[in-house]
Amino acid sequence: MSRMRATPSILPLTLQGVGFAVGGADLVTDLDLTVEPGDTTVLLGPNGAGKSLLLRLAHGLLVPSRGRIGWADGTGGEGRGGRRRHAMVFQKPVMLRRSAHANLTHALAAAGYGRHDRRRRAAETLEHFRLGHLADRPARAMSGGEQQRLAIARAWALDPDLLFLDEPTSQLDPAATRAVEEMLVGLKAEGRTLVLASHDLGQARRLATRVVFMNRGRIVENRPAAEFFERPGSAEAIRFLAGELL
Amino acid sequence: MATDFVSAFAAAFGLIVGLDPAFLAVVGLSLKVTLSATLLAALVGLPLGALLGISRFRGRSAVIVVVNALMGLPPVVAGLVIFLLLSRSGPLGGLGLLFTPGAMIVAQTLLILPIVVALTRQVIEDLWAEYGDHLRSIGLTGVAAVPTLLADGRFSLTTALLAGFGRASAEVGAVLIVGGNIAGHTRTMTTAIALETSKGDLTLALGLGLALVGLTLAINVAAFAAGRVGARWAG
Repeated sequence: MSRMRATPSILPLTLQGVGFAVGGADLVTDLDLTVEPGDTTVLLGPNGAGKSLLLRLAHGLLVPSRGRIGWADGTGGEGRGGRRRHAMVFQKPVMLRRSAHANLTHALAAAGYGRHDRRRRAAETLEHFRLGHLADRPARAMSGGEQQRLAIARAWALDPDLLFLDEPTSQLDPAATRAVEEMLVGLKAEGRTLVLASHDLGQARRLATRVVFMNRGRIVENRPAAEFFERPGSAEAIRFLAGELL
Repeated sequence: MATDFVSAFAAAFGLIVGLDPAFLAVVGLSLKVTLSATLLAALVGLPLGALLGISRFRGRSAVIVVVNALMGLPPVVAGLVIFLLLSRSGPLGGLGLLFTPGAMIVAQTLLILPIVVALTRQVIEDLWAEYGDHLRSIGLTGVAAVPTLLADGRFSLTTALLAGFGRASAEVGAVLIVGGNIAGHTRTMTTAIALETSKGDLTLALGLGLALVGLTLAINVAAFAAGRVGARWAG
């Protein structure tokens, strides 16, 4: 199902020479990246490679020390309606001390939905992801997998063009990981663009259309996924794919 | 000494069960002043503490240290400051508040405001560490994040308000100075206890003391139970 848009897309997203330093120490440098609409870009690399930082910079949670981050429509990714059209899901889901339903209505209220609209949209969203039976459960009493699915549903409710996901399954068991990946496949099918940080090679193989391989704060490779897995172009990627510790 | 306590209990029981009008007036005024001060301190202190918890500015540490230090503000000093402000020749003398319950409420609000601000700051800072990424992601930053943080911190914040209420209900110095301990007008349980003790009526003083402790305990039990039930639900 492809979605019709009244407003022009915020994509592609481009990062040009982006760097982020703390106290004079460069944590990431020279990040050049273009995210095209419909792509599922997986950021691969060991811990500390800078994957989370790249996501945070692109989403606007951090301000780059150098370089520029731009969206196609020239805004900060809000689109013309003023509503931010990219959303983010974190490694450890941030659940407000409220019911699952109220977690959704809260985010929708922040996005400017009126009282009636947000209730309807929250209920629709829970049904869409088969989470309706959890609507009245306190979100923090749910399992880790349910919480992460709710976090993705909460982001989806805001109808983002692009969704950033920071290691969304790294703390989940295989069954919960599968449920989360099924949601992501559904989001891809809707034409949404995903940028996902992961150090799970299997997950990257299952989901990625592009792989951005990072190590030590730099982008080492940026290629179509099939090509990356068949013919990695750097010694670091070859070692990473062979399961060595970088 | 043992008989003192037995007769004190008897006196307290008699005061409470007998619904002695003068006693009830004293208890009523104490509750009115203390609860009003707690409410005012909450209205000002909760948002202020929350903002202090999430904002970063030069001199923030100094502000936090000063607020923490003010938690130990001696009640007589708070009373003296309000007395000077409200006295006939003071800057707010025209209000005619001195030696009224209004003056007592102002003094106690000033006294417990630092407690509410300091404890709220700590609670909200911890909550922001957990919620910050998500709230900023959905566009709630700065003042816009405060309602969410106060709502979700409500069970921990009850403790901050109880601490403020406890300090207000227990103190005698500030209300004595600005209220004047006028019978039937500004006499609270604590000022009455101080007076009865100095007059030598230890039985009545102890009776009032027991009633005060009982009331404080009842309010804390109610707040604790409400908080426990709510916190268990919301995690």
